[in-house]
Amino acid sequence: MIKPNLQRVASIVTVAALTLSLNAAVAGDMIINGEISLVHETEAPAHLENISTIYSGWNYRAKETQALQLDDFDNPGFLFVDQAIDQWEVVEGEAGKSCAACHTGGVEEFAGLRAVLPRYDEEAGGIQSMEDYINECRTDRMQADAWKWSESKMTAMTALIGLQSRGMPVNVAIDGDAAEAWELGKEIYYQPVGQLDMACASCHEDNYNTYIRADFLSQGQTNGFPAYRLKNAKLNSIHARFKGCMKNIRATPYKEGSDEFRALELYVASRGNGLSVEGTSVRN
Amino acid sequence: MQFTRRDALIIGAGATTVALFPMQAFAAASDDEIMAFTGGADVTEGGIVLTAPEIAENGNTVPVAVSAPGAVSIILIATGNPNPKVAKFTFGPLAGSQDASTRIRLAGTQELIAVAQMADGTFARDSSIVKVTIGGCGG
Amino acid sequence: MAIGVKPRVKVPKTASAGDVITIKTLISHKMESGQRKDSDGNRIPQSIINTFSCDFNGQNVITVSLSGAISTNPYFQFKAIVPESGDFVFTWNDDDGSVYTETKTISVG
Repeated sequence: MIKPNLQRVASIVTVAALTLSLNAAVAGDMIINGEISLVHETEAPAHLENISTIYSGWNYRAKETQALQLDDFDNPGFLFVDQAIDQWEVVEGEAGKSCAACHTGGVEEFAGLRAVLPRYDEEAGGIQSMEDYINECRTDRMQADAWKWSESKMTAMTALIGLQSRGMPVNVAIDGDAAEAWELGKEIYYQPVGQLDMACASCHEDNYNTYIRADFLSQGQTNGFPAYRLKNAKLNSIHARFKGCMKNIRATPYKEGSDEFRALELYVASRGNGLSVEGTSVRN
Repeated sequence: MQFTRRDALIIGAGATTVALFPMQAFAAASDDEIMAFTGGADVTEGGIVLTAPEIAENGNTVPVAVSAPGAVSIILIATGNPNPKVAKFTFGPLAGSQDASTRIRLAGTQELIAVAQMADGTFARDSSIVKVTIGGCGG
Repeated sequence: MAIGVKPRVKVPKTASAGDVITIKTLISHKMESGQRKDSDGNRIPQSIINTFSCDFNGQNVITVSLSGAISTNPYFQFKAIVPESGDFVFTWNDDDGSVYTETKTISVG
């Protein structure tokens, strides 16, 4: 959206502000490999009071960045998916097992899982994110060491498993056993924090489709995570992103893998209910 | 004299112009690279196409492409990078065309130059200014 | 040998004699440019893939000489003529002396 003349004058004195003509969240079709059509714009779920249409973060990127995600070969995130495919066969831990040893149907067994996570898990007695399930397998069944929440092997594995749900609509439960965590997540989302006294909503609900300096604000959806970011040339987990955002507003971030972030992850995922799971996305 | 807002704007614009085009500092190094490639021969416009985005969302990964039918080799120079040399593509007998795409790092807004050595020994060039955005809360 | 360096190449499996095909190549490599500084302010030495080449049945398709300005996980896309069945051999040379290769067979006929 080209801003009027006043913006032009202001941009001369602002080093980073350039007249960018990205069109706000209006993007072409999102078709991967010429075959898989993804929903990247749809009606907002009922629980969202202040937003009527939800958009994937893909819509907000420059067309060159968008193009990177449309082909599995061009998508740099797939280098990590390949690594996870290799890791699937690696025996680790006292039990002498690899992922393949138990999951004899292959990673395809996990079709549909990404779309419903995070979720309330009866056995665990609380909300589980995908990282929790992976580590539970590793520590309990493989008797191997847990992976750190955002380490390279973990994000690669969440990318591989997430890929199995690509194209399916995000559909996390927000009621029943999940309600309590969902309410907590919602509270965190709207609570202003930090030196800059901002909440997630300050940018991602009140100001999406506008610029903060040279950044084009999205709705902060998570359907594309883990995201390959051009900025750090690697896959980024949801909690790592939450942490980064909190640091940017000069708040003390919650820890990756904390209950607060799980609750927030559930709430944020529910704001995207209806968008397609993107597998591994490419973002700035 | 009263220091007015207009004065501040003008001073700011001057400072900003330098900041926006750091390539002034690296111009000599870029010329050296091109000279080393051409040996001082004339370089004409046309016969080579450099494709680069007008605005690069992130300076870390900027997709670019070069195309010069009939070229022997092509060099890519980033005039605003601390080391202007980006790549040199040399086409062999089984090249299906004399073009190539890659992804590069740009330190800031700058002019990108591509120079091709054609089969007949002449040189051709194309250039493109790429704006590299910085800042915001990308984190 | 740099850790975790893995090539990834896309070549069609079949073609007709004389076809021009598109080849895409990626290799996971940090491409330490030599421009970055560590937390003590010391420059981190350059450590990159410095050359990439593609050959087919012993003949060269393309050779690229890379600098630290090529992005992490170097990506190249180019075209090749396929005169006959055979092997595309891709080679990446690392500053640390390692050589990574990948071979893709194509059948013509």
